[in-house]
Amino acid sequence: MMERFQYDNRIAKNFMFVTLLWGVVGTLVGLTAAMQLVLPSWNFAEWGSFGRLRPLHTNAMVFAFVGNAIFAGVYYSLQRLLKTRMYSDLLSAIHFWGWQLIIVAAAITLPLGMTTGKEYAELEWPIDIAITLVWVVFGINMFGTILKRRERHLYVAIWFYIATWVTVAMLHIVNSIELPISLTKSYSYYAGVQDALVQWWYGHNAVAFFLTTPFLGLMYYFLPKAANRPVYSYKLSIIHFWSLIFLYIWAGPHHLLYSALPEWAQSLGVVFSIMLIAPSWGGMLNGLLTLRGAWDRVREDPVLKFMVVAVTCYGMATLEGPLLSIKSINAIAHFTDWIIAHVHIGGLGWNGFLAFGMIYWMAPRLYGTKLYSTTLANWHFWLGTLGIIFYAIPLYFAGFFQSLMWKQFTPDGFLVYKNFLDTLLEIQTAYWLRALGGTLYITGILIMMYNIKKTVSTGKLITNEDAEAPAMEAEAAGHSGEHWHRAIEKRPIQMLILSLIVVGIGGVLEIVPTFLVKSNIPTISQVKPYTPLELHGRDIYVREGCYTCHSQMIRPFRSETERYGEYAKAGEFVYDHPFQWGSKRTGPDLLRVGAKYPDSWHYYHMFDPTSMSPGSLMPAYTAMFENELDITTTEKKIEAMRTMGVPYAEDFPAKANDDIVKQRDAITARLKKDGIDAQSDREIIAVIAYLQRLGTDIKSKPVVEISQLP
Amino acid sequence: MLKFIKHHMDTINGIGIYPAISFVLFFTFFVLMLVWLRKVGRDHMDHMAALPINEEFSTLEIEHNDH
Repeated sequence: MMERFQYDNRIAKNFMFVTLLWGVVGTLVGLTAAMQLVLPSWNFAEWGSFGRLRPLHTNAMVFAFVGNAIFAGVYYSLQRLLKTRMYSDLLSAIHFWGWQLIIVAAAITLPLGMTTGKEYAELEWPIDIAITLVWVVFGINMFGTILKRRERHLYVAIWFYIATWVTVAMLHIVNSIELPISLTKSYSYYAGVQDALVQWWYGHNAVAFFLTTPFLGLMYYFLPKAANRPVYSYKLSIIHFWSLIFLYIWAGPHHLLYSALPEWAQSLGVVFSIMLIAPSWGGMLNGLLTLRGAWDRVREDPVLKFMVVAVTCYGMATLEGPLLSIKSINAIAHFTDWIIAHVHIGGLGWNGFLAFGMIYWMAPRLYGTKLYSTTLANWHFWLGTLGIIFYAIPLYFAGFFQSLMWKQFTPDGFLVYKNFLDTLLEIQTAYWLRALGGTLYITGILIMMYNIKKTVSTGKLITNEDAEAPAMEAEAAGHSGEHWHRAIEKRPIQMLILSLIVVGIGGVLEIVPTFLVKSNIPTISQVKPYTPLELHGRDIYVREGCYTCHSQMIRPFRSETERYGEYAKAGEFVYDHPFQWGSKRTGPDLLRVGAKYPDSWHYYHMFDPTSMSPGSLMPAYTAMFENELDITTTEKKIEAMRTMGVPYAEDFPAKANDDIVKQRDAITARLKKDGIDAQSDREIIAVIAYLQRLGTDIKSKPVVEISQLP
Repeated sequence: MLKFIKHHMDTINGIGIYPAISFVLFFTFFVLMLVWLRKVGRDHMDHMAALPINEEFSTLEIEHNDH
């Protein structure tokens, strides 16, 4: 018997519009950050400095732009693939408004410096909780819809949605375990190496399960739709799905090659990363081959153009990713702009272009009309493609050459580029071209917004789209011999559990050993907890996002030990909540910067970096000289550290502020000697205390003098 | 790879069994998946592949052809 029902188009439309809105906002913030890397004067305010805008940019692109695009596509396709309306319009609305509120909260708190200091997970704990709640609402709505479906079998796109939901929930919760000390400040419960491993298990799988699997689901729905032909091989899509979610979860440690992470974990990450080529390319080919026989239409239809470039970029990024996981290649590329280029092939190409293709396809259908202008869409396509090229290619060059400069020695064995800054200034042209690429890309988005606005105004939203489908009949008898996988396709809850087991085993086997086995993190007796003043300084370091440009991880290469000092040991980071290894060096590594310069150098340098390093691109941090250090939180901070196992004496928290006064007076006294009249209650003093402590627990042995030789 | 894992985790008794178990689990899983993919009927695959395209009433007819 046929049943009549209606699809909810309003929710898909809402998510589609905010995708465009946050897409423009997020890319404009990114362009501002790009300009700050060539013109430091663009660091226009304390809240608008690079270290605060860069997390805003990444979070906006990942969770606001891509996130809303996912939801738009899921709400559109899920209803149609299951032949039913969403489970609850109310939950859909809560999901929509909840997610937008989270984005607004992020857009306010990140520039204010409220951050956990863990990349792509910077949002503070109240927002983390809100994300969890909204995610649960989304899950209930999705599974409610799946349960009341009229199509017995779940199409592969829906498997990708399910795996996305399960895994993101797991990643988000495990990585966000924090100890709050106030509404706006918390410490990661993990420290050092463990924190790094959990963070990159999260970070890598955020790429996998937020930027990849949901978009693959969208690809498997919208690409066949736009091409009007079935997916090339449904069998391949099944292999694609299971091997992708199984392999991806293990690959996180490839972000930490040559770091202080135990060797076995690094090797594990490399092996699984290489294996990932197979399913990724299987998926890419499946997408491209879906267009077999329809290539003539690719020439005319902007939707297909966007999708072809998107899938191609997916293929390029997923070949490059495994290659970057090979240690010898990683040794060159890590910490350089090569990685920035790599992620933008994925972000601008794969995510951006697939989202654009989807929106150009969806908008006219939601409004029962035709696209206003194919010409404008083609303009968008070419501007966007040129934007990607101008963005990525200069940065590939920049990354490669800067890395070579870092590693270049004279015949006598000295570094050719002794000053890190010289290598940065060599690649400024590439940074300018990158900003040009970004401008082209954003221009394309603006053209799209105009085009979509015009399209929408010529039509009328089909709020509730009529549809009809037969009711799902009760399971007929005599299905013996039916295979287990086919049975799973009909049972979404089992599917959910199986996905969770698949990704769970990977995560557990990777992470648990570092927690269980003491020998994985050899303790070093000289390594002592931070003094309270240093801890405050560290919190300011985190607040300003210093880790977005400075690593604290010296790899065991001669070029690095020569430049920065003794390479990093796992045991040095046991009191680091959170770890601050960083992932990109726009400035030099800071792990052993302590005691390298006098206090006064840091004082001048933070006030005006160019005074100490002519040509420096670092923002000036004049606000630190005005802001009084808030020492009312000291006791809470030290207590929190004690709770997490940092060995401060039991009576220490209460008298920690005495210690602060002593240490900062010592610093101001040293500054005085260099002719600086500094106020000891300012933030800058704490920052100097922290920077001067960095890496000093382990110092390589002093040079042996002639007289000491036997 | 097992060598790396065992070497670093000597302190856990019989730790080598964990990677072995997970390998067996997943190997079995993938073999079963491939076996199924070889056995599964073309009709079912066509039905699944057509789901996004045949959006208007499709379930019944194809479902019936299927059996």
